[in-house]
Amino acid sequence: MTTATGTPYRSALPPGRDRFAHLLRSEWTKFRTVRGWVITTTIAALVVALLGLLFASGSRSTCGIGPIEVACPTPPVGPDGEAVDDTFYFVHRSLTGDGDITVRLTSMTGIITYPPPDHDEIVPGLVPWAKAGVIVKDGTREGSAYAALMATARHGVRMQHNFTHDTAGRPGVVSPASPRWLRLTRSGDTLTGYESADGTRWTKVGTARLAGLPATVQVGLFVASPGDLTVKQGSLGGSIEQVRFTQATAVFDHLSLRGATSPGEWSRQGVGRTGDTDWERYHRPAGLEESGGTFTVTGSGDMAPSVDGHQIERLLTGALAGLIVVIVVAVMFVTAEYRRGLIRTTLLAGPRRGRMPVAKAVVIAAVVFVAGLAAATVTVVFGRRILVANGNHVLPMSWLTEVRVIAGTAALFAFTAVFALALGALFRRGVAAVITAMVTIVVPFILATASVLPDGAAQWLLRLTPAAGFAIQQTMPQYAHVLRHYVPAAGYYPLAPWAGLAVLGGYAALALGLAVFRVRRRDA
Amino acid sequence: MEATIEVTGLRKRFGQIMALDGMSFTVMPGQVTGFVGPNGAGKSTTMRVILGLDAADEGRALVSGRPYQSLRNPLSQVGALLDANALQPSRTARDHLLWLAHSQGLSAKRVDEVIEQAGLGSAARRKAGGYSLGMRQRLGIAAALLGDPPVLMLDEPFNGLDPEGIVWIRRFLRSLAAEGRAVLVSSHLMGELQDAAGHLVVVGRGRVVADTSVADLIATASSDQVTLRTTARSEAMTVLAHAGATVAATDRDTLTVSGLAAERIVALLSEKAVPFSEVAAHRATLEEAYLDLTRDAVEFRAAAGPRATGQEAAR
Repeated sequence: MTTATGTPYRSALPPGRDRFAHLLRSEWTKFRTVRGWVITTTIAALVVALLGLLFASGSRSTCGIGPIEVACPTPPVGPDGEAVDDTFYFVHRSLTGDGDITVRLTSMTGIITYPPPDHDEIVPGLVPWAKAGVIVKDGTREGSAYAALMATARHGVRMQHNFTHDTAGRPGVVSPASPRWLRLTRSGDTLTGYESADGTRWTKVGTARLAGLPATVQVGLFVASPGDLTVKQGSLGGSIEQVRFTQATAVFDHLSLRGATSPGEWSRQGVGRTGDTDWERYHRPAGLEESGGTFTVTGSGDMAPSVDGHQIERLLTGALAGLIVVIVVAVMFVTAEYRRGLIRTTLLAGPRRGRMPVAKAVVIAAVVFVAGLAAATVTVVFGRRILVANGNHVLPMSWLTEVRVIAGTAALFAFTAVFALALGALFRRGVAAVITAMVTIVVPFILATASVLPDGAAQWLLRLTPAAGFAIQQTMPQYAHVLRHYVPAAGYYPLAPWAGLAVLGGYAALALGLAVFRVRRRDA
Repeated sequence: MEATIEVTGLRKRFGQIMALDGMSFTVMPGQVTGFVGPNGAGKSTTMRVILGLDAADEGRALVSGRPYQSLRNPLSQVGALLDANALQPSRTARDHLLWLAHSQGLSAKRVDEVIEQAGLGSAARRKAGGYSLGMRQRLGIAAALLGDPPVLMLDEPFNGLDPEGIVWIRRFLRSLAAEGRAVLVSSHLMGELQDAAGHLVVVGRGRVVADTSVADLIATASSDQVTLRTTARSEAMTVLAHAGATVAATDRDTLTVSGLAAERIVALLSEKAVPFSEVAAHRATLEEAYLDLTRDAVEFRAAAGPRATGQEAAR
């Protein structure tokens, strides 16, 4: 009944191939041909860079002696390149070649100045990480390599070396009734710590390898007592941290040395800053009292990584603002098609529907990764220069950490974009998707870091929500052997950098999976 | 595989409304097939099912023997224009065609070819948001032609075109069919398809009402009605009724006669000396034939109230 005429049509075009690469190229063409999206993405990058550089130019450090301005002192750097606090009282003599030092520690006492609740008196007591013991150190320069075996006020016997390493020994509190014998042995680059309750039966605590330790080192007794940290919940949310001067006094006896040590009197020295508090001036200075084989050593300070200075991730606080822009662009990249009905054209061109959200995700992720990488690189490189030029101390870090922070910020952009885009494909409504992305990423981050929440709640937010991804920017590790207020507001995340990024990546993958499922199931 | 569209027993329900109720037809190559029916008859839904955008509850739709979703280079198998307004307004027409071309591994050269073919010319470098509906239809047709497909499917391509544009598109569709392509063109106005379609699939209430060539449809609809103008109405009625015709008075001096050819009426009246001033054999237009066929569907629509199709709802 039909009246078909002629032969069926045959195209002269070469037959094309169905490739995912074509889809990617197509989505890239879509992105770059909407000028608004390109401009907005550029703005996201500019916001990051401008806020970072503005922050850098606004930060200025000056130091003075009286009215005279001088260059600020550079804090010491440890053997691994990190900034350190290296303050303690040191009773020492030199040791050339192998040898060991053995001593009995019978007592640890101390004072804490003006603690809460009334802050009106100096009380006897020790902070948990007050420490006293034996040490082998590469000279008396702050930041030089060391290994030390010590008793602490609350954390038992510890073997520590080079500021960041800590090994636990037997727990318990030192007293005349329960003394500790401590022995530190040098053999080449290797230092080994032993402890004993009676001086006859010894237990190994740990070993440290101090690469490149010179033949002649300083060996002796040390006492340190970190500041007393208390955190008070602020009345308007947030928290108030206070650190007060403390001092510890340790009593040693049965001191013996083996090896080629220097003869004569023990040298005594406050390493780092000591002796400038009223307590030290008028009541008890740091120092050594020696009588009949008993050494009473008093000191303050700590041997620990320092966080006094600018962390480079603080330059990247604009990433949050940039991220908001990224979320909007990523959502628009998909919901604009639903709004215009263009999604049908897209699905006609690629009837294997599940590929659509994936191709879009790859393209938007690549675009914002590049934008984020450029922004973070410029911000960190130039921001640091500006900070240094303004007399600020920037905490040193390894180039690997720096690359991780810069590339991680770009990855933060990329994963967030994928998450937002997937939400857009799920909801098909721009406003709903943008709000959801904001509520799950931006809002938890602000709540957790603006110290409006209790610390525990803030940490759980940064474990469970996609905002966990910001952990990739953390440069300062947490150390169990250094008491600090490790909270998000201070730049410490509850998850390790890569683990935090993985949480965000997991959310992005989950949302994208749901989007693929939904796009395949529903009528377009 | 011969380039065709085959639709068999499609059923699809949107809530209470049966959008497709056993839709079946075949579109053959080498001719323009008009797909007509009132708004809400299921034309757009059928096209979306054919293109794999909507899933039918029952039945199947094949393009060149295969379901659309299994096509690997869909745009070189079927070109479709569903909604000319489905554009990103801030993207230029050329860039719109470019991303489509890239999705099929086609080059920018092919884009420039279809821009010429659709008569967009230099306007292709302007943002699509500023286009008139007529220009958008041309852009949609250019997009449909991008893969140089043997099957074309256009949903209401005449919408928004000026008379010149309508003439252009009719000629264009005929030339595409003459190359051996299967061309399916939907419209809710039969008049638009006049001179363009060689074959018609008339639908109403989600099913095919007529599947016929244009010539057959007109012949069927043109029943032998004759309009007679006479001053002697009652005499004429008597004479013609006696001869076996059905006669109805339409006016004071006008009768509508069916069942007798015009020549026979003239002969009978002359024989009985009944005066008459005019005898006009009535030949139905395509429009009338279509209205005749779809009257049921229109009644249905009036009863159901105006229903937005998916395409309209998306605008």
